[in-house]
Amino acid sequence: MNDMPMVRFENVSKRYGALTVLDNLNLDIGRGEKVSIIGPSGSGKTTVLRMLMTLEAINDGVLWVDGEPMTHMMQNGKLVPATTKHIRRIRAKIGMVFQSFNLFPHMTAMGNCIEAPITVLGLKRSEAEERAAELLDMVGLSAKKDHYPSQLSGGQQQRVAIARALAMRPKIMLFDEVTSALDPELVGEVLQVIRKIGREHDLTMLMVTHQMGFAKEFSDRVCFFYQGKICEQGSPAEIFGNPKNERTRQFLNAVLEAG
Amino acid sequence: MWIRMLTAMLAGTLLLIALLSANAEYRLFMPGLLEGAVLTVEITLLGAVLAVFMALIAALAKLYGPLPIRWLSTTYIEIFRGTSALVQLFWLYFVLPQFGVFLDAFVVAVLALGLNIGAYGAEVVRGAIVSVARGQWEASIALNMSKAQMLRRIILPQAFTAMIPPWGNLFIELVKSTSLVSLITLADLTFKAQQMNQSTLKTVPVFTLVLLMYLAISLTVTIGMRLLEQRASRGLTRGRVA
Repeated sequence: MNDMPMVRFENVSKRYGALTVLDNLNLDIGRGEKVSIIGPSGSGKTTVLRMLMTLEAINDGVLWVDGEPMTHMMQNGKLVPATTKHIRRIRAKIGMVFQSFNLFPHMTAMGNCIEAPITVLGLKRSEAEERAAELLDMVGLSAKKDHYPSQLSGGQQQRVAIARALAMRPKIMLFDEVTSALDPELVGEVLQVIRKIGREHDLTMLMVTHQMGFAKEFSDRVCFFYQGKICEQGSPAEIFGNPKNERTRQFLNAVLEAG
Repeated sequence: MWIRMLTAMLAGTLLLIALLSANAEYRLFMPGLLEGAVLTVEITLLGAVLAVFMALIAALAKLYGPLPIRWLSTTYIEIFRGTSALVQLFWLYFVLPQFGVFLDAFVVAVLALGLNIGAYGAEVVRGAIVSVARGQWEASIALNMSKAQMLRRIILPQAFTAMIPPWGNLFIELVKSTSLVSLITLADLTFKAQQMNQSTLKTVPVFTLVLLMYLAISLTVTIGMRLLEQRASRGLTRGRVA
């Protein structure tokens, strides 16, 4: 089972009516691997994360997580569509951080971080608070634990959101353009936290990002998406230093010029 | 500020009632009318509890129930919104006995008005649930919550804030529609007023006092809902959460 990658997209397609967002995607993410997904808007890169988080159903193919099918399950040696129970068991291994933070506005930073550990994992309140305090400390927000989201800056909200996701002890973390909604001066503090968890936690990380500098320095592999397909992938050095595909080159030129 | 204004209005109304009852012509009617007012308040309170209960169940059933339950809920909502509250009262009080079901007039009053307002409330609750940002659902899924956990812990508490003002309207509607119960023999405020008016023909004092009493009850409801709204939105400032 450990030979299996942490995540496998096997012939996965996603369509909205006549529009094909992802076309027969095959992608493996190794254990502990850090993968960045880049590409123009509408290229399907966010959809990849949303399908993995089960926020979007897939139309074709199978999604595998940690050696088991997630969208399907084995029954008499055949893959059949998964039940909610099965999906929830597998989904427990995945955490996600969103572009728009999506903190629960009626709960404090601490409340956000202990909610699911208590209701979903069944932790005792004291245990959950201990775990959350550690994580809030890690993201540098111990002093803000009793603040409500509306009392926090965007960067602080996003760091709470990261702590909230980590409190569920996932094996895989998904980051969906997590700095895109932030004022420029707040981007650094969030990236700093992501670097830190990359170092300190044994996590498989998959991120959609527009921060090319960060993708270059942080990831083991970069995938360039274009029109619902992986157009080119390779090490950051290959993709940023010597892109082979014309589309990749055009995209990077456009982004670097703007940046 | 809003609350201070409303409180001043309520104080003014109560003061006016007190001043008027200093006059013997008015004072004569006070004990009877107050008795009626108590019944009006009782029916309002119990009706409100039933309405909130029915609205929650009907809204959740309509949104998330299996098809037959959705049908049932829609049928309930449309029947009780689409027919007159007075006819509903008559039906429960005068028609049901024809089928061997005898209900106390007080029970009929609470049932009919609670079910009636609950049908309107169901749409209020449904709208408030649907208006909670999609990102809140998505974050709950990402934290692996079950549907019931999401609703109970994340969605309903936020929807609750949004539904307080429209519920305020419905509760006032309820206060006013309690006057219909005078037609099924219950001695509420309106019933008492009509009775006293018929026996004494003192139309001005009787109906002035009744008017002021209804106003005082409604203002109390409004103030209560405002306070609830203030409390619920504490710490919640919409808009900052992009």
